[in-house]
Amino acid sequence: MSKTITLFGRLMKHITRSPDTIITVCITPIGIMLMFVYVMGGAVKTSLPAGMNYVSYLLPGILLITIASGTAYTTVRLFSDVATGLFSRFNSMPIKRSAMLWSHVMTSVVSNLISVVIVILVALTMGFRSSAGPLAWLAVAGLVMLFTLTLTWIAVIPGLVAKTVDGAGVYAYPLIFLPFISSAFVPTATMPAAVRAFAENQPVTSIVNTIRALLMRATIGSEIWVALAWCIGIMAVAYVFAMRIYRRRV
Amino acid sequence: MTDTAIEVTGLRKTFAGPKGASTEVLRGVDFTVRRGEIFALLGSNGAGKTTIINILSTLLAADGGSATVAGFDVARQAAQVRENISLTGQFAAVDGILTGRENIVLVAKLRDVPEPTKVADALLARFGLTEAANKRAGAYSGGMTRRLDIAMSLVGTPPVIFLDEPTTGLDPEARLEVWKTVKGLADSGVTILLTTQYLDEAEQLADRVAILHGGTIIVNGTLEELKALLPPAKVEYIEKQPTLEDVFLALVGEKEASSDE
Ligand SMILES: Nc1ncnc2c1ncn2[C@@H]1O[C@H](COP(=O)(O)OP(=O)(O)OP(=O)(O)O)[C@@H](O)[C@H]1O
Ligand SMILES: [Mg+2]
Repeated sequence: MSKTITLFGRLMKHITRSPDTIITVCITPIGIMLMFVYVMGGAVKTSLPAGMNYVSYLLPGILLITIASGTAYTTVRLFSDVATGLFSRFNSMPIKRSAMLWSHVMTSVVSNLISVVIVILVALTMGFRSSAGPLAWLAVAGLVMLFTLTLTWIAVIPGLVAKTVDGAGVYAYPLIFLPFISSAFVPTATMPAAVRAFAENQPVTSIVNTIRALLMRATIGSEIWVALAWCIGIMAVAYVFAMRIYRRRV
Repeated sequence: MTDTAIEVTGLRKTFAGPKGASTEVLRGVDFTVRRGEIFALLGSNGAGKTTIINILSTLLAADGGSATVAGFDVARQAAQVRENISLTGQFAAVDGILTGRENIVLVAKLRDVPEPTKVADALLARFGLTEAANKRAGAYSGGMTRRLDIAMSLVGTPPVIFLDEPTTGLDPEARLEVWKTVKGLADSGVTILLTTQYLDEAEQLADRVAILHGGTIIVNGTLEELKALLPPAKVEYIEKQPTLEDVFLALVGEKEASSDE
């Protein structure tokens, strides 16, 4: 465990020494947020629940996009450690084999939390307000972290198997776009039947709706269980695959 | 402990290729490295040198045969093997974002070596990196990177050191530096298994040389023994001793000629 922390410290130095990775991660979601709020916000407003401001409506989806693009860097960092032989070096030393992998996972969680906080701060300046109490915020934090872990374990797989850096980053694109076909930006009710069916039954919608409900102090329906089931289910599958590849490859 | 640092017997490894194809890289490799010697594993590209190193450093499982390092079985006692080795891979594995000192300190912490900074400073001085100690390793020249890489391998003074093509890609000057380092290491009593494609490197450094070709060790011995395998070349005015290169080319040529039949 202490070795994992040491290796985690190494990776955090990567983050603090090239803060541009955090900035790059935040810029796209912030840009999307600006565009949606100031360009389309007026038009969308009519289909929103009464009294809902649009920044507050779309923030949950924006956070998920932030995490999806943030975990792309997890893939890149992992890939580069495999490619430079650092994995081989550390794995031939008398430390636990899994230490190196877990240090990447921890770094992913922490760096994504930093990005999420930055995006929330920007949203606050754009008029995001929440009446959620500490418990609800804690639940939001927990869900955000669970989602980050889920995407992190997915991100580990291309990091271990990719042949090039570009290949390593590509997997994130579909994840970044998933929120666009969900309830993240507009209520699903306005979508054509087929799209709506997809949107309402993909993981992002249940997660977005749950976070939104928590932030708005709305009643949290059964969707929280759907959200948790998606996250835990996908994470378990990704974890098993990632570990199997890790044992075989490194 | 015995006099043997590394014992490799009948080692086999086949890699599965794409579409069901497979390459049998090691077809029964045998060799022994005595404690405190520099043993050079010589072979062309793709001969399987890195594969052997990876098996010995517990990164890769063999398909058959056995290997012990410092008396421990690489398959069944991997943890003990790892306590006794350090690997300097074919491509320098340093963290380019960290400084030279931080790289060494990191390894020292991972190996639970007391006083990591002291250890780092001593190694930096020994490898002529004191001035560059606080620069990011990513900005080092090839030679400096390799020296840092080797320095990282020496943290905690493991008794057996694997050097996989330590001078490939270095300019002649940097090569000489690395050679000096390796000789110095051997003088301090550690066992070194190094791989190389350069015949002169083996000739310069090694106490004993094994040539890996076609998946097996085709010859193995001291430089003198290998040279004795060939009759002294053309006696004209002076007797010209065959270089290791002559030996290598003659043996590899013979082998290839016989396998073509
Ligand atoms: N993980 C792998 N999967 C499939 N084939 C592999 C793998 N590793 C090595 N090989 C193949 O095994 C053979 C031997 O590789 P190895 O890296 O051991 O050679 P080498 O002697 O170190 O060569 P070089 O001098 O180029 O470093 C090569 O043909 C290589 O393509
Ligand atoms: Mg090699």
